[in-house]
Amino acid sequence: MIHLQEPQEQFQHDADRTTADEPRRAAVRKALGNYQIARGKTENAFASWQHARDAAATIKYEGVNHLDRYLREFEEKFTARGGKVFWASNSAQAREYILNLARERGVKSIVKSKAMTSEEIHLNDALEKDGYHVIESDLGEFIQQLKHEPPYHFVFPCMHLKRDEISALFERELGSAKTDSPEELTMIARRVLRQHYINADMGISGGNFIVAETGMISITENEGNARLTTALPKIHVALIGIEKIVPRLADLSLFLPMLATAGTGQQLTCYNSMYGGPRLAGEIDGPEEFHVVLLDNHRTRLLADAEQRDALHCIRCGACLNVCPIFKNIGGHAYGTTYQGPIGSVITPHYRGLQDWKHLSGASSLCGACTEACPVKIDIHHHLLQNRRNAVAEKKVWWEELIWFGFRHLMKRPWAYKLAVRLAPVGQLFHPFVYGTELDPVQSWTKTRDFPEAAPQSFHDWWRERKGARK
Amino acid sequence: MRVTLFIPCFIDSLYPKVAMSIVQILERLGHEVDYPEGQTCCGQPPFNSGYWDEAREVAARQLEIFRDAEVVVSASGSCGAMFKKFYLELFHGRPEEEAARQLSAKTYEFSEFLVNKLGVRDVGARFEGKVTFHDGCHGLRELGTKQAPRELLRAVKGLELVEMGEAESCCGFGGMFAVKYPQISTAMAEVKCNSIVETGVDYVVSNDSSCLMQIQGYLSRHSPRVVKSLHLAEVLAQQ
Amino acid sequence: MNPLSPNGDREAVLGRITEALREEAPRHHETPDKPAPTGLTAPFREWLPPVGKTRKEQIALFAKQSEGLKTEFHECASPEAAAKYIADLAKKGHWKTLALHKGQLTEAIAEYLPETLALLRIDDGYQKEVLETCDAGFTECESLVAQTGSVCITGRSSGGRALSVLPPHHVVVAHKTQVVTDLAAAYESLAEKYRGNYPSFISFITGPSRTGDIERILVLGAHGPKKLTVLLVP
Repeated sequence: MIHLQEPQEQFQHDADRTTADEPRRAAVRKALGNYQIARGKTENAFASWQHARDAAATIKYEGVNHLDRYLREFEEKFTARGGKVFWASNSAQAREYILNLARERGVKSIVKSKAMTSEEIHLNDALEKDGYHVIESDLGEFIQQLKHEPPYHFVFPCMHLKRDEISALFERELGSAKTDSPEELTMIARRVLRQHYINADMGISGGNFIVAETGMISITENEGNARLTTALPKIHVALIGIEKIVPRLADLSLFLPMLATAGTGQQLTCYNSMYGGPRLAGEIDGPEEFHVVLLDNHRTRLLADAEQRDALHCIRCGACLNVCPIFKNIGGHAYGTTYQGPIGSVITPHYRGLQDWKHLSGASSLCGACTEACPVKIDIHHHLLQNRRNAVAEKKVWWEELIWFGFRHLMKRPWAYKLAVRLAPVGQLFHPFVYGTELDPVQSWTKTRDFPEAAPQSFHDWWRERKGARK
Repeated sequence: MRVTLFIPCFIDSLYPKVAMSIVQILERLGHEVDYPEGQTCCGQPPFNSGYWDEAREVAARQLEIFRDAEVVVSASGSCGAMFKKFYLELFHGRPEEEAARQLSAKTYEFSEFLVNKLGVRDVGARFEGKVTFHDGCHGLRELGTKQAPRELLRAVKGLELVEMGEAESCCGFGGMFAVKYPQISTAMAEVKCNSIVETGVDYVVSNDSSCLMQIQGYLSRHSPRVVKSLHLAEVLAQQ
Repeated sequence: MNPLSPNGDREAVLGRITEALREEAPRHHETPDKPAPTGLTAPFREWLPPVGKTRKEQIALFAKQSEGLKTEFHECASPEAAAKYIADLAKKGHWKTLALHKGQLTEAIAEYLPETLALLRIDDGYQKEVLETCDAGFTECESLVAQTGSVCITGRSSGGRALSVLPPHHVVVAHKTQVVTDLAAAYESLAEKYRGNYPSFISFITGPSRTGDIERILVLGAHGPKKLTVLLVP
């Protein structure tokens, strides 16, 4: 992997490479084709999926637009039952809190269930540097951890891998036997993880929803690894973005099915668990301590942008990735950042800097499939357009400014425009000489596609002639 | 009815036959066709690139030019979406807002105009051939156009309409995107064109010439057999 | 750098939120303009998949969902019949030890289980390594959700957090009266039962554990139980 200076350069370089990887693209297309079929069936079972989207959007709007009130309510209810809340303004504070906690409690080994927030704050690196043994328990994350690669997709971390690659990885890292059975590969991981659940001193999870009314964190999963991560170790830490709020417990009876439908095409994910604190008196088991780390890390910056605030309604279902033709063709790693796909392209400029990350908003044809797929009706593709506008308002690119200067003066003068159109066929006479070469002004087109020929007579001129003939 | 045509710049210079076909069809149906010759561009290129002040300057002219039109028909889904939706954003809170609102209310994409405004599905066309329809994204998702073009095609004598698996997938044009991110744009065209070729059709038809430019550009270079692209209007004009 | 207070940057985060929310955000959705039909605590319920009107229909729906999920669902005439069913499972699965908690139903059924099946009662605590070696975990539940084929459990009513997820086979028993229509009904019944004093752990279990992480191919028994058996008694 070559690492270039600017994120934009790196992106173009990686996109060059991944769009040329036909087998990888085909594998991703196949996986997502199955998703479409499953999702279609599940959506149709709803009495009205479109109304459900409105209902979900309404609840998220309420939650996010009264975020201070609901987070206070959550904290009050949660701490009343022995839970601890830590408010982290940024990733450094969050990391420090967790590291201090592990140190003070004499933690030796840590088991993790899926938490994109931990990717966001680079928690694993920090923990490993401090000498803790950290193991990812979600199968896809476990595989990516062994590969020393970030997740490819935030719901399907290793969707880009074929079984033979996974087998080779397990053979190399775990000393297991070669197999081409997904079931056997899963059992290998299951066996390895077993002891870690039992021996871990600390379980770190993410969270899908923060329930204000009852002071609970809700976690959705299929494998059961989060349930084990949060049942057996003495300490449970949940790292969760402040925006994940829902006002009431009953709201989950809408969100859980919608998350499942949009995320994986299931009616309901296998385990949906609500955690309201550490183990209470009289309960048989459960952690002695439960710490919730509420992560801001620039979310309040996005919150302040009222036009794009609804991007914080995101429930991280991944549907927008699944339908995005850019994602399908460049793959998750090419984005070069924690949150991929359309929603990632919307929020990353807010979280990591507009000028450095505006290219993710630019690398889109604005087809709108993401907005159509979003279960909470985030106006995703229009936000990409707004990011482009905001980037320009902040800092114009000199050669682009020049082009649009020329463009608008041309387009405001019909005589000049018509002249340009008349000259086009003439200009095209010279095109064959430079076609596809460095000198070709439309080389980035002609390299891979044929360029149309300008018509001998424009519509303007045809109309003119016809009008004249009719007089 | 007096129908005022809005012909995007690239149709004007590259695909004038599309516009000529629209004129032909509307006159065949007995309507008076008007074409304000001062029109140039809707402003979408700078708009999509984030240069909204520049786009506004170009767009403001169009508001003037189409002010007196009774009804405006666009030959393109994406430029139609500029008039119908994005001008409202561009001019929000500005003196031109009312003019933008009025233009939006009277603008139609070509197939929507025929089917939903005029109530016409059969324009008396004849076209022998196996055809698949590509849904341009702006038309599909910004304007809600899906059934109208298909109803029109089904009424054409001799035409066999086949659906492709990737009908709603973006072709990868996206304006400047096609040249700023050519590797991604081409990959998307590949997926689209493979789906087209798989159907066994001889023609791919769309209501957006910019999509057709991308699709034909890829097909001409890479397709194992000849597949021609046509705008919906060109098919409907044939008798 | 000042050391943070024990709860971190609370005031700063809340301050930024309040400041950010001064400006109103546009809505991209329709807000319901009609009042919710009476009897529904969750007004969006009418948009979710329909559920039958009678308990019989609902049980049939639960059975249908279970089939799709690969949950083994069986109606037993009595606790004794349920015990026989479990004994058969134990025989087929060559079980040595069944872990369970003390509940009215679990005890009633345990009475009829064969002596040859060792029982690990975990109510007063357990060793994780020992629970890990058990062949099955036997629990009660809060409710069975017809709409989704889910089992609702809590740490208080169903033997804690690990009993139903660590052993490779989870057996659940419920009364017919515990069948509820949908998730909202399950939450309602939890609210009524616990009156704000919720257990620290609530979960909806929908089928045996599974993953699609490898080539999107469904594999059962990823980390949680590979088998889920739901027994319904009158």
